[in-house]
Amino acid sequence: MSSREKILAAIKQHQPEASALPSLTGLSGNMPGTLEAYRKVLEGLGGVLFEIKAESEIPAILAQQYPGLQRVIAASDIQRTWANEDPHLLEDVDMAIVPGQWGVAENGAIWITEEDIHVRVLPFICQHLAIVLPRERLLPTMHEAYEQIGAPQSGFGVFIAGPSKTADIEQSLVLGAHGAKSLVVFVIG
Amino acid sequence: MNRQTADHATLADKFNEDEPRVNWHDQTLWWVRAKRDRIAWTIPEWEQLRDTASSIKLNALGNLHDYLLQFEQQAQQNGAIVHWAADAAEHNRIVTEILQKHGVKRMVKSKSMLTEECHLNPHLEANGIEVIDTDLGERIVQLAKEPPSHIVLPCIHKKKEEIGELFHEHLGTPAGNADPQFLTAAARLHLRKEFLLADAAITGVNFAVAETGEMVVCTNEGNADMGAHLANVHIACMGIEKIIPQRKHLGVFLRLLARSATGQPITTYSSHFRKPREGQELHIVLVDNGRSRQLGREDFRNSLKCIRCGACMNTCPVYRRSGGHSYHNAVAGPIGAILAPNLDMKDYADLPFASTLCGSCSNVCPVKIDIHQQLYKWRQVLVKEGYTSTAKTAGMKVMTGVLSAPGVYKAAGKMGRWVMRAFPGMVNNRMNPWYKQREMPVPPAQSFSEWYKKNKKST
Amino acid sequence: MKVGLFIPCYIDQFYPQVGIATLQLLQKLGCEVEFPQGQTCCGQPMANSGYEHLTHQCNSLFIKNFADYDYIVGPSGSCVLHIKDHLHDPAAEPQAEKIRQRIYELTEFLTDVLKVTSLPARFPCKVGLHQSCHGQRGLGLAQMSELVAAPFSKPEQLLRMVEGVELVPLDRADECCGFGGTFCVAEEAVSVKMGKDRVADHVKHGAEVITGTDVSCLMHMEGILRRQHAGVKVMHIAEILNQYTDEQANS
Repeated sequence: MSSREKILAAIKQHQPEASALPSLTGLSGNMPGTLEAYRKVLEGLGGVLFEIKAESEIPAILAQQYPGLQRVIAASDIQRTWANEDPHLLEDVDMAIVPGQWGVAENGAIWITEEDIHVRVLPFICQHLAIVLPRERLLPTMHEAYEQIGAPQSGFGVFIAGPSKTADIEQSLVLGAHGAKSLVVFVIG
Repeated sequence: MNRQTADHATLADKFNEDEPRVNWHDQTLWWVRAKRDRIAWTIPEWEQLRDTASSIKLNALGNLHDYLLQFEQQAQQNGAIVHWAADAAEHNRIVTEILQKHGVKRMVKSKSMLTEECHLNPHLEANGIEVIDTDLGERIVQLAKEPPSHIVLPCIHKKKEEIGELFHEHLGTPAGNADPQFLTAAARLHLRKEFLLADAAITGVNFAVAETGEMVVCTNEGNADMGAHLANVHIACMGIEKIIPQRKHLGVFLRLLARSATGQPITTYSSHFRKPREGQELHIVLVDNGRSRQLGREDFRNSLKCIRCGACMNTCPVYRRSGGHSYHNAVAGPIGAILAPNLDMKDYADLPFASTLCGSCSNVCPVKIDIHQQLYKWRQVLVKEGYTSTAKTAGMKVMTGVLSAPGVYKAAGKMGRWVMRAFPGMVNNRMNPWYKQREMPVPPAQSFSEWYKKNKKST
Repeated sequence: MKVGLFIPCYIDQFYPQVGIATLQLLQKLGCEVEFPQGQTCCGQPMANSGYEHLTHQCNSLFIKNFADYDYIVGPSGSCVLHIKDHLHDPAAEPQAEKIRQRIYELTEFLTDVLKVTSLPARFPCKVGLHQSCHGQRGLGLAQMSELVAAPFSKPEQLLRMVEGVELVPLDRADECCGFGGTFCVAEEAVSVKMGKDRVADHVKHGAEVITGTDVSCLMHMEGILRRQHAGVKVMHIAEILNQYTDEQANS
């Protein structure tokens, strides 16, 4: 008998009687899905938020916030030659601008999929990350987020909440572990 | 395998030789517990959320056979290669073979308590494959040649000065620099090189969804993603209990996990791996290693609900004052103490006794495992199976004899109190562990029952 | 109402004043109290050490002593919890079940059964309340700091009825003192460290007396306080709630 059969047989023999799945209603309470709520949490995570009317406002804000950026790439760029190159070559990207699908007010997270970023490693390997999120796409909690996201449409998706960080050394919080060192969220519309 | 022979009490005794360090360890982890409390109080539905998570996990355990098959089928449809490992040895063999097939000599690994449990690193190194742990805390203990002391905060037992020295020795940072910001930046540079060079990446798995065949990996650092998205081979190692039924259930667990673990609203990255990247190979290793056996122990199967948040460690007054290494097991603390005896009753017979049964662990557990009740139950099992010393059993039998016979009890009590008054040296000496750092109670001239006999009419 | 007084073995032997205070307090509140003389131990020390299977004689004895009372009341949350959770006897299960349902720790008996709203007690003193784990988390005598739930505390409710008692705040409201039964000797180093830390929290906040619902925890903390010559006393909550009567009797 293969390990697979052995394991499955042991589980079948040992697993408890099946119980019903609980309902997920009423878990969100009165959590607000507002921009104010989202901003407060994001700033708590070390992120920065700008309200903009059009994407054209982004370069000026970035230039002011991050003087000296060398390589900036936008996922929405129609050219995006980098999307067909070896992902390792994204190592020198200073700033990546990517679109976000849904924002979650309770924890600052933004849902992003492979289709939005073209190369999976992009929002991690860049030194700094900017996410553009439509204002009407803010939701109160993770429950609403999964309702909206629904069944998986892509091979990879990620919730990103703030810049990468660690507190492994004596619980001292340090922003910029292996992923992006900072995060700017542009709420558009 | 580095099996230690010393038990928890002995190792804890050693840890307590440096009291200021114990204070520091205790206060650091208490601070994490306090952060957890603060953020839990921002969610009025917190207790309902815990109940729901616990019920979902119970459902998952009750349907584990079918859910695993469903997960396997979905994962295969997604293009992943699924492996089954009955035990640690088979898990290590499978991983090694995958790596050898691709000629991998150096690879990166993000945090996976399962690979710690299976002692994968020494196995790979013995096969000539260098493993770089990429979680900062794990990299630190790896450089120090120590096991992690906490499942979420692997180097919580280390002071920044010690880490500064390690980095000076291994990464060439300036001697005497112990600034966390500086050391983290140095580690970022050092590990970036490794990410860019690695041919293969191993990650753990926080949740595996039966419905979709996807795996969710949570990190704050981004190391799992840096590894998995750059390497040509991604191996995800998971215990079979990581299965949850549906995607929407992730909402419940992701709301609880980071809040319980570190008091943050969610980890920075909650990555949903479903299909391999174009040109990439994705392997999923499903590991039993005693889990199906634990599933059959009615009193202990709920321990398989664990989502490895570490909240029970942070709140445990014993863990905070004895350190993770005193549990001599990959998973320390209260949850480790109920998981380990399932792996080996003899080696871990001491762990369920390393607790006052205060119950704080069960109260912070996001999936409501009755941890302290299981500690009590493991004690009964371990005694019955003969894993406690015969001297202790003999002593217990004498005690039971005295306490179940009122006449003997009264005489013994009277005699005992008289001895304590007349010859305090017989009990107040170094042989008596109570007396080492505590005074004995002052024995009264008469017991309550003696008083009652004399006075009951006058009260 | 016939109350059977359950005085755990170590209270009987080392802290008779706690038994006396409990008895007097219950009588003062109008209960008819009896102390069955044949009692010894609830069996908890054995059970918590993994020897629950050796406690059947203790169980039979307990049932024999207490089966006939309307309520069984004891000044120890830990021992009461053990009986509530583990008292069984195949030969007398109905009696065992009745006892499990009718046994109360002293303070919960006062607040929940007698529904005491005032006490003729006076104790002008700064008091630190130690929440013993088995009483608090096991019996639910007080809300637990880990839970997102409304606070309450039965022992505190009673202490607030005592004139002159000033309760001191603590940094860690309900951390374990480290007694833990045989843990206190088997894990001596951690047990003592936990006790020292707990005591330090009370001392830091100016407590003159540390009180609680479990003598075992208090005995452990008293041992540490006396070794430190700290000058802080420990008293069981029954002794404080019964304080005025004592003063009157003495004067």
